[in-house]
Amino acid sequence: MSAQNWIGAITLVGLAAVSLGFVYVLSQAGRTADPARLSKASKTVRRWWFWALIVLGIGVAWGTLKPFPIPPQWSPLQAAQTVDVVGQQWAWSLSTTHLAAGTPVEFRVTSSDVNHSFAIYDPQGHIVIQTQAMPGYTNKLLYTFREPGTYTVRCLEYCGVAHHVMQTRFEVAAAATGGRP
Amino acid sequence: MSNAQELYPRDEALAPRERRVFTFYLVTALVVFVLMMSLGLVLRLAQGDWLTLSPAVFYQVMTAHGAGMVGTVALAACAVMWFFLRKYVPLSTTIFAANYALFVLGAALILGSIFLGRYGGAWTFLYPLPVHSMGLWSRNAAVVFMLGYLSIGVGFLLFYLDAMRAVIGRYGNLGRALGLQWLFSGTIDPEHPKTVVAGTMVIIVNSIGTLVGAVALVMSIVNAYYPSAVLDALVAKNLIYMFGHTFINATIYMAVIAVYELLPRYSGRPYPISRPFLWAWAASTVFVLTVYPHHLLMDYVMPHWALVVGQILSYASGLPVFTVTAYGALTNVYRSGMRWSLPAKLLLLSMYGWAAGIVPAIVDATIRVNRVMHNTMWVPGHFHFYLLLGVLPMVLALMFHVVERGKRPAQRSASERLGFPAYWIGGLAFVTAFLAGGYASEPRRFAAHLPAWLPYDRWGSIAALLVIAAMLVFTTRIVGGLLRTPADAAVADPGR
Repeated sequence: MSAQNWIGAITLVGLAAVSLGFVYVLSQAGRTADPARLSKASKTVRRWWFWALIVLGIGVAWGTLKPFPIPPQWSPLQAAQTVDVVGQQWAWSLSTTHLAAGTPVEFRVTSSDVNHSFAIYDPQGHIVIQTQAMPGYTNKLLYTFREPGTYTVRCLEYCGVAHHVMQTRFEVAAAATGGRP
Repeated sequence: MSNAQELYPRDEALAPRERRVFTFYLVTALVVFVLMMSLGLVLRLAQGDWLTLSPAVFYQVMTAHGAGMVGTVALAACAVMWFFLRKYVPLSTTIFAANYALFVLGAALILGSIFLGRYGGAWTFLYPLPVHSMGLWSRNAAVVFMLGYLSIGVGFLLFYLDAMRAVIGRYGNLGRALGLQWLFSGTIDPEHPKTVVAGTMVIIVNSIGTLVGAVALVMSIVNAYYPSAVLDALVAKNLIYMFGHTFINATIYMAVIAVYELLPRYSGRPYPISRPFLWAWAASTVFVLTVYPHHLLMDYVMPHWALVVGQILSYASGLPVFTVTAYGALTNVYRSGMRWSLPAKLLLLSMYGWAAGIVPAIVDATIRVNRVMHNTMWVPGHFHFYLLLGVLPMVLALMFHVVERGKRPAQRSASERLGFPAYWIGGLAFVTAFLAGGYASEPRRFAAHLPAWLPYDRWGSIAALLVIAAMLVFTTRIVGGLLRTPADAAVADPGR
C-alpha cells in the first residue's frame, strides 16, 4: 500500500466521521429537548471527546516522529550512493543519473537562484519523497529506492514562468544487477 | 447587552455613515469574490486543457487570484468583526473607512503590477523570486506589488490598533479582554462577550503577523534596489510564512464571530461563555503564532525541534475547533427546534467547512505525509475547504442576516432554494477535486498538466461553475438588499 493510499484512507475516515456527526445533529435540530439535561450530557461527551483526541494525537505524533523522518543535516550520512543536485530556473543538474535500488542514496540539494522543490516521482507517477532546494543552503535527503525504473524529478515550488517544465529523469537499476556508475 | 434570542437587537443598528462604509466593504467583497472566483475558474480550465493560456498569463492570473482572495476574505472578515465588536467597545468609523481606502489603493497597485507590469511571482512573494523573473517582469513591477501589500497591511494595522485602543479602554488590558483571569478559577462573567474574546485574539496575532509581513516586504524592497543587501532565504521564508499563515488564519477567527453572535438567535438557545471556550481562545492565540513551521517541513535544514513543534502544534490546533467551536455550535443546534433560514444554514455549513477542512490540513502537517503531499493539489484542497466552505459562509450568513431583515419566515428566496444547494454541492465537489488531484500527486501551481491529471481539473472546473453561479445569485440578492435597506439612524448612536 503506497503512502498516498494510507493518507487517502485516513483522510476519508476523518471526513466521514465529521460528516456523520454533522448529519446526525442536523437530523435532530428540528426536535426539542430539555436544555439543562442536554448541557450536562454535552459536557460529559466533550470531556471524553477531548481526551480521546489527546490520546490519538500523542499516539500519532509518537508513531510518525520516531524515528525522525528527516536525516541529520549537520553530520555525514555515509550513504553508499550520493548525488549532488542543483536547481536553477528552470533546469536540474544532477551529478549522476544512474543509481541502484536497495541501498540508500543521499541527495544533496541546493539552488543557485530562487527556491525550488526537488520532488521525486516513481515510474507510476507518484511522489516518493521531496525536499526544498534553497539558495545558500543544502538539504540532505536520504532515500532507498525499492523498485528499478525511470524516476522523474519535478520542481514543486513555484519558481517562475517555466516552473511546470522544470524536470529531469534518472534511472534506478535493480539491486541484484547493480547500477552504480 | 443584547438578548441572545432577539434576531435584530437595537445595539446593532447602523448609523447612516456606518452603513455607508459597511456597505462599501460588503459590496466590494462580493464583487471581488465573484471576479476572483472567475479567475480561479480560468486557472482550472487552463489546467484541464479546456482553455488555452500562455504560461506567463496563467501565472499572472494565479498571482491575482491568490492575492485577491486572501485580501478580500480578510476585508470581508474584518467587516464581520467590526459589525459585532462595535457593540461592546467604541470603534472609530473613520479608521474603519481608512482601512477600506488603503485596501482599495493596495488592490489597485497589486492589479496594476500584475496586469500592466506583468508581475507573476505568486501571492507569497517568496524571496528572491520577485526580483528573479528572468525578464518576465521588471523590478519596479515587483516593488509596486509589494507596496500594494504594504498599503493593505497598514490599513489592517490601523484597524487593529484602533480596536486595541477600544478594548484596552473598556477592559483595562488585553489579557482581561481574553478572559485570562478566569482560566483557572473564579466565576466567569456570563455577560463577557465572546466577540471581545475572539476580537482580542485577532488583534494580538494579526498585529504581530502583519508587522512580520511588513519586515519581510521592506527587506525585499530594499534588496530589489540594493542587491548587495542579500537576505537569508531561510529567514525570509520563515518571516513570509509566519505572516501568511497568521493573516489567512485571522480571517477565520474574525469571521467566526458571526457564528457566536447569530447562531443562538436562530437556534433560540443561549450560547454561554465557558471556561473551555476561554482556554480554546487563549491556546489558539499561542498556536496561530507558533504553528507556522508546518509550512517549512520540507526545509530539512530548519532546526528539527521547530519542525516537531510545527507538527505537534498543528495537531493541537485542531483541539479548540473540534472540542469547543464546532462542538459548541453543534450542541447549540442539537434538539433546539432550529429556525432554518438561509443565515442559519450558512452558519452550520461554515462550521462543517471549518471542521472538515481541518482533517486534510492536519494530515498534511505530519512530516511523513508532507514528504509526498507538500505543494500538491492536496494543499489548495484543504485551504479551499475551510475558506470556501468555512469562512465565506460565515461572511455570507451575516450579509443575508442584514439584508433579510423584515422577510417573512415562510418566504424562501432564490438564494435559499437554488443558491445554497448549488453553493455547498459545488463547493464540496470543487475541494474534493483538489484533494483527489493531490492524492494522485498532481502538483499545484502548474500551468500545464499531464493527461493523467486532466480529469481532476475538469471535475474542478465544472464544480467551480456551480459555485460561481451560486455566488452570482447571492451577490445579486445581497447587493440589491443592501442598496434598498434604509439606514436605521433612529436607533443608532450617531456619536460613534
